[in-house]
Amino acid sequence: MKSELAVTAIIFLLLFIKIGKGMKNESLLSLVQVLLLLNFIAGFFFNKTGNLFGDMFYTTPLIAFQKNILSLAVYLISLLCSDWLKKTGHLPEFFMLMLSALLGMFLMISSSNLLIFYLSLELATIPVAAMANFDLEKKRSSEGAMKMILSSAFSSGILLFGISLLYGATGTISFPEITAQLDGSSVQILAFIFIVTAFAFKLSIVPFHLWTADVYEGSPMAVTSFLSVVSKGSVAFIFITVLYKMFQPMQDMWYTLLVILAIATMVIGNLFALRQQNIKRFLAFSSIAQVGFILVGISSNDYMGITAVVYFVLIYVFSNLAAFGVAAVIAEHTGKENIDDYKGLYKTNPFLSWILALALFSLAGVPPTAGFFGKLFLLTAGGAKAAYWFILVAALNMIISLYYYLRVVRAMFMDKNDNPVEPIKVSPVVKLALVICGAGIILIGLLSWIFEYIKTLH
Amino acid sequence: MNLLLLIGAPLLTAVAVLFSRNKQQVKWISLLGSIIQIILAFALLFAFRQERAENNSAQMLFEQNHKLFDSLNINFHFGVDGISVAMILLTSLVVVAGVLVSWNIEKMTKEFYFLLLLLGLGAYGFFISLDLFILFFFLEISVIPKYLLIGIWGSGKKEYSANKLALMLMGGSALILVGMLGLYFTAGHSFDILALSKTDIPVNIQNLLFPLLFVGFGVFTALFPLHTWVPDGHSSAPTAGSMFLAGISMKLGGYGCLRIATYLLPEGAKEYADIIIILSAIAILYGAFATMMQKDLKYINAYSSVSHVGFSLLGIGMLTQTAITGALMQMVSHGLMTALFFAVIGMVYDRTHTRMVGEMGGLMKVMPFISTVFFIVGLCSLGLPGFSGFVAEMTVFMGSWENTDAFHRIATIAAAMSIVVTAVYILRATGQTMMGPVKNESHLQLKDAAWNEKLAAIILVAGILAIGIAPGWLNDLLRPAAEEIMNRIDGK
Repeated sequence: MKSELAVTAIIFLLLFIKIGKGMKNESLLSLVQVLLLLNFIAGFFFNKTGNLFGDMFYTTPLIAFQKNILSLAVYLISLLCSDWLKKTGHLPEFFMLMLSALLGMFLMISSSNLLIFYLSLELATIPVAAMANFDLEKKRSSEGAMKMILSSAFSSGILLFGISLLYGATGTISFPEITAQLDGSSVQILAFIFIVTAFAFKLSIVPFHLWTADVYEGSPMAVTSFLSVVSKGSVAFIFITVLYKMFQPMQDMWYTLLVILAIATMVIGNLFALRQQNIKRFLAFSSIAQVGFILVGISSNDYMGITAVVYFVLIYVFSNLAAFGVAAVIAEHTGKENIDDYKGLYKTNPFLSWILALALFSLAGVPPTAGFFGKLFLLTAGGAKAAYWFILVAALNMIISLYYYLRVVRAMFMDKNDNPVEPIKVSPVVKLALVICGAGIILIGLLSWIFEYIKTLH
Repeated sequence: MNLLLLIGAPLLTAVAVLFSRNKQQVKWISLLGSIIQIILAFALLFAFRQERAENNSAQMLFEQNHKLFDSLNINFHFGVDGISVAMILLTSLVVVAGVLVSWNIEKMTKEFYFLLLLLGLGAYGFFISLDLFILFFFLEISVIPKYLLIGIWGSGKKEYSANKLALMLMGGSALILVGMLGLYFTAGHSFDILALSKTDIPVNIQNLLFPLLFVGFGVFTALFPLHTWVPDGHSSAPTAGSMFLAGISMKLGGYGCLRIATYLLPEGAKEYADIIIILSAIAILYGAFATMMQKDLKYINAYSSVSHVGFSLLGIGMLTQTAITGALMQMVSHGLMTALFFAVIGMVYDRTHTRMVGEMGGLMKVMPFISTVFFIVGLCSLGLPGFSGFVAEMTVFMGSWENTDAFHRIATIAAAMSIVVTAVYILRATGQTMMGPVKNESHLQLKDAAWNEKLAAIILVAGILAIGIAPGWLNDLLRPAAEEIMNRIDGK
């Protein structure tokens, strides 16, 4: 409960500041950054395991670690997007929304009951839709927010329907009690399908991915990175819990389902990413493909699967945030968001180019970056069922993905451009965040004790 | 000897290059680092021979095992046998020659040397790894430097070639990855090569995994018909890039085909040996004939590489001890020879600004040193006794001849016929460029090799002669290791 209380405290503090005299954007931003850093550090201490509210809420060291990953991501976003945040007119509101969403995610990961799960999922979604609308004068931003709220409402409806069916079939809403009641009757299967569909919406698994690219493109960069890293990560965590714990008796069924969804997600995400011009849409489709790989790991249905997914999300936080961070810096200073605009970037901005290249290599899973280890462990987890063709499909997808990641690298390093992005003076805070991301990308893979540490958390 | 030095030296050099201030520092640090690597490689050779002389008959010497991902049983497990020592020696020679040849690179010098050293680092790590996962890690490390080297510093249709190379090599890696995970799960969660070599893997699984691994590594070493990245990649790469690609990177594939695919999956190797022989015989002949048609010096060497590398794969497919020894010798010999060939082509191109055979002539009069080296490498390529090519190819043929049935005989004869074709294209290319009257008047002003180029050429020529004149030491290194592999294949 400690991490939830900490986040709530920050939200209230922001509220009082807003109601009171208010502060300058710069100082408020620094204050929030420091608080988020403290929140992240505090996450490592005094983690108790146990249940609350009549077993509705529980926490384990692994869950505490997952929450820390999310806190870290939010902290990094607050650093990376500080240029944009300084300019925005409603800074306290923005952070209140973002932290409310984070609070919702914390509760969601810890939930052990369908009721609190649904409530926290809503808390994690609705603020994000409001955040997507934050570029107030841009039409695309409102369009993205509209799409987001409609599709989330739709998926929530589906989820509620599934929950109601499940309640009808089992007579309970607590995860462990549902597990005991599952016998594979057709109503339960129907409920299961509805619930998985809702998850598929949130994780943008193909064929429920259509909202992703538009929302990503329209939203401000800070929100896009929040959506693609923090939202995805948290939903992936709870998805594992739901599948591994609640639906464990149906494991044969969801294994087949996951294999199909994983292949579809990887292939479609990759194929669509091939042709994107806008860097945000490009990263949107690439993140869809990444979710496909996460599903490969989830399909293993053992502790290796959980470890590999948590490890991968940790790496994904660094890699994706580095990519979005560089894109945000360039978009903020020049307004350019197309891959063609990145041509010749290396000549003028070597630092940004190297960070982006590292991030893309990590997303592609090329050593020595951490992404290599992350992807490989996901595939190792997925291969435990001796479905080698499944691994082969995933491995071939890594080649397709390499092709489009290299497209950006090629634009930056090889292509000539008469009108490249002019040299950008990166502010120290952003530079610090990018360096943290870069260091994370290189070190997490080589420091093997991180993986071993996650493995020991039960 | 501590094998970690072999990874540490290039890594430190690369980091030092990253922090150096100007181009002069970059070059000298790289040179110093690569000389240290040569010293280490020779120290390793002598230490290895010393151990063997003292009757240390362990399969792998200087073993080290550090835990990495303990729960997955992935370890930093290092060790060398004769094959690895020979390959490390080859790598160190090519690295120093590559560094010397690139002395006049002006564009992004620091990045160039950094990537070059990273490429070398990948090769060293690959050759000393005894853990499949780590081996794969080092194999993959080299893909991106290759891509960037070709794409940024290359010539011609460089973006296309760089893309093609990266994607094809990644495709090979994907196959290796699946085969590797297959081995991991069938052998009870172990990536350790020595442990895997002692487990009995069911024959049907071997037949399933062997093609994945062999073809996967085969892509790296231009297994026909997956050789298409070779001509494009080699011809577009900068000089040192081609040298590294042909001299080192293609050897990674050959080493993997032998050490991983054939050694760990002997039943699979027997099952598919005939196909390997057919494919490599086609590669040998096709490569040779394709070379005849080329007019660009780099394409000539690239296609002839396809042909020459075919001999190593042929030797592996023959599955006799002598043939495998010959295959390994061919890898070392080809590595030195082709690196030297690309170096010389680079030197000629830097001066004449053309690589077309038809536009040159009489260069012997203008630049005697470069032309002499060109001759030497040509003679080595066509298999003249006294040079390494002869020794290696002869050993392969002798080993192949040990198989007495008609199929192997025909394949051997077909492969041997390529030597005639090789002689034709080599003599024609050398004759047209080096002999006769000077075709282009402006070529008369050209200067002969500078000190760095001379040094690079001499180092590689020395390697070629050391194998060609006294092949005994190499044979002593490789044959026991080949015997170990044959023992596993014969089920001893």
